[in-house]
Amino acid sequence: MKRVYPDKEYCIGCHLCELACITAHSASKDLIIAYRDERAASGLSPCKRVFEKGDTCVAISCRHCDEPSCVAACISGGLHKDPETGRTVYDRDKCVGCWSCLMACPYGAIRRHPIENKIVKCDLCEGRAEGPACVQACPNAALKYEER
Amino acid sequence: MKYVIIGNGIASIGAIEGIRKVDAASEILVIGAEDSPAYGRPLISYLLAGKIGPDRLALRPAEFYEKSNVTLKLGTTVTAIDTEAKTVTTDAGETIGYENLLIATGGIPFTPPIPGADGPDVYNFTNLAHAQTLISKAREIKRAVVIGGGLIGLKAGESLFDRGVEVTILELSPRILSLAFDENAASLAGGRLAEVGLAVRCGVSAKEIQRDSAGNLKGVHLTDGDFLQTDVVVIAIGVVPNYGLAKESGLEVDRGIKVDDHMRASAPGVFAAGDVAQARDLLYGDDRVIPIWTNAYNQGFCAGKNMAGADVRFLGSLAMNSISFYGLPTISVGMVNPPEDDASYEVTAVLDEKKKSYRKLVFQDDHLVGYVLVGDIDMAGMYTAFVKFQMPIPEEARRQLVAGEPDVLMWPDDFFQETWNPGTPE
Repeated sequence: MKRVYPDKEYCIGCHLCELACITAHSASKDLIIAYRDERAASGLSPCKRVFEKGDTCVAISCRHCDEPSCVAACISGGLHKDPETGRTVYDRDKCVGCWSCLMACPYGAIRRHPIENKIVKCDLCEGRAEGPACVQACPNAALKYEER
Repeated sequence: MKYVIIGNGIASIGAIEGIRKVDAASEILVIGAEDSPAYGRPLISYLLAGKIGPDRLALRPAEFYEKSNVTLKLGTTVTAIDTEAKTVTTDAGETIGYENLLIATGGIPFTPPIPGADGPDVYNFTNLAHAQTLISKAREIKRAVVIGGGLIGLKAGESLFDRGVEVTILELSPRILSLAFDENAASLAGGRLAEVGLAVRCGVSAKEIQRDSAGNLKGVHLTDGDFLQTDVVVIAIGVVPNYGLAKESGLEVDRGIKVDDHMRASAPGVFAAGDVAQARDLLYGDDRVIPIWTNAYNQGFCAGKNMAGADVRFLGSLAMNSISFYGLPTISVGMVNPPEDDASYEVTAVLDEKKKSYRKLVFQDDHLVGYVLVGDIDMAGMYTAFVKFQMPIPEEARRQLVAGEPDVLMWPDDFFQETWNPGTPE
C-alpha cells in the first residue's frame, strides 16, 4: 500500500503540512476559515506533528502499521485494520475516548481532540482525489506518498 | 476442525486476526460461554454509567465473523479437553475434534471469603451480565458499597454513582490503585473522585456482610468497627486466571497456563493467550500473568499466527493502563513502582497539584522502564516508544525526557530511518 514517508534531510520545519492537513479536514476547505474560525469553534486540529531539534526537523503522522499497536489496544472497536486497503481506520462513532491507543502507539501518531472525547489520527485524506494534502503541500518534497 | 478457540474475548479476536494473516480460508470455531459476540469488556463501565448504549459494545462489525469464516458457538461451555484424542467436549454433550486449539478463557472474579457474602445483592463487575444486573438494580437502590479500590472497583463505583447511587469504595491497602499507580497519581485520582462525591475509604475492608433474618442485605461491618448501611455490595478485588479446564486436562499450570515463546501450552497443538496465560514479560524477562487488554490481543494474535503454521516469537507482555476519572486522564506503562533498595533505578517525578498534573519516569541504568502521566497525557506514546523498543537513552536525551519533551528525533538514527523512511539511502 501507499504510505506517507517523511524525510528529515529535506524537512525545513515550515508546518505547511499541518495547514494543508487542517484545510483538507475542515468543513469549509478554506485555509483561512479553517485556521481562524474552525480551529476555535470545532477544535479542528492537524493529524501531523512536527518535531525540531537544532537544524533537523521532521513531520510525522500515523504510519498505518501492518500490525498496529493502537488496534490491539482499542477497547471499543473504534480502530481496525481494513484488510482490503491496508489502512488503519478510525471509527469516530465507536470511540469512547479512553486514550488507550494514544498510550499504546509508540510513534506518537495519535492525539486527543481538543474539545471532544475523541482522537485525531491521519486517514491518508481518504476520498481526496489528489491524495494526502500534506504531501501535496510540502514545498521541499520531504513527504513522499508511495509504495515501498 | 482446523482451529478451535475456547473463549470469545479480545484474545480470541486477536487469534482470529492472527490466523487470517497466515491462513485465509480454513474454518475457525469459537466457543464462548457468554451469549454475545465479542464485546469491549472495559466498556461495561461505560454501559453501566449510561455513557454508551448496548449497540456500541461489539468489538467488530456484525459481518466480521462471516467474512473471517468463523463459526460462533455461544452460550456454550467447554467441559473437557482430551489432549491425546485432540477433542473438546461441551456442556451440550458435543465432542469436537481440533488440529489447533487456543484456550482463551480469561479471568474470573476473585472473591475472598466474607461472612454473609452468599445471598442476594452481592455482585461482581467483570462481564456484561453483571453490568446489566447492576443497571436494573440501580433504579431501585440508594446506596452501594464497592469492595476493592483498583481499576475495576473505581470504575464500578463511578458508574453506579453516575446512575444516582450513593457510593462508598473500600480499599484494604493504604491507597487506591496500588498496583498500577503510585501514591501521587492515586491521590490525584482519589481527589477527583472525592470532589465529585464518591466516598473512598482506604486501609479498611469488609469484615462481615449483615443480613436480616429473611436474608436481605442490610449493610457491611468494616474492619475498623464502623457499619455502613447499603442496598448492594459489589466485590471488585480483581480477577484470577480461569485455568480450571486446562488444569483438569493435564496441561501445565502455574499462576496461569504455562506457555512457551510461541504461546504453546504443554500439549501438542494447544495454545493459550490472554488473562489465562502465563507468558514472557518484556521488562522482567520471566513468565507472568499480566491481565491487560493489549497483551491479550497481542498474545492471541501471536498464537493465531503460530496455530496457522507461522513461526513467530512473542515479544513479551508490557503492562499498560489508560483510564480517566471524571475527565482526569491517567496513564501508567511498564514498571512504575521499582524496588526501593535497588540502586540501578532512578525515579524522576514532577507533580503539580493545582493543575492536577503529574509525570513520573522510571529509569533503569540508561533505559526508560516505566512511566506515569496524570492530566497532561498527550506525549504518552512517545514515552511508550522508549520503554517498548528498549532504546538506550544518552544523558542529553534523558534531560529532554525528564523535561517532558520526548520526540522521535531522539531515536538512534538507523532506527529512525528504518521506522519512518525505510528503503532510502542514508
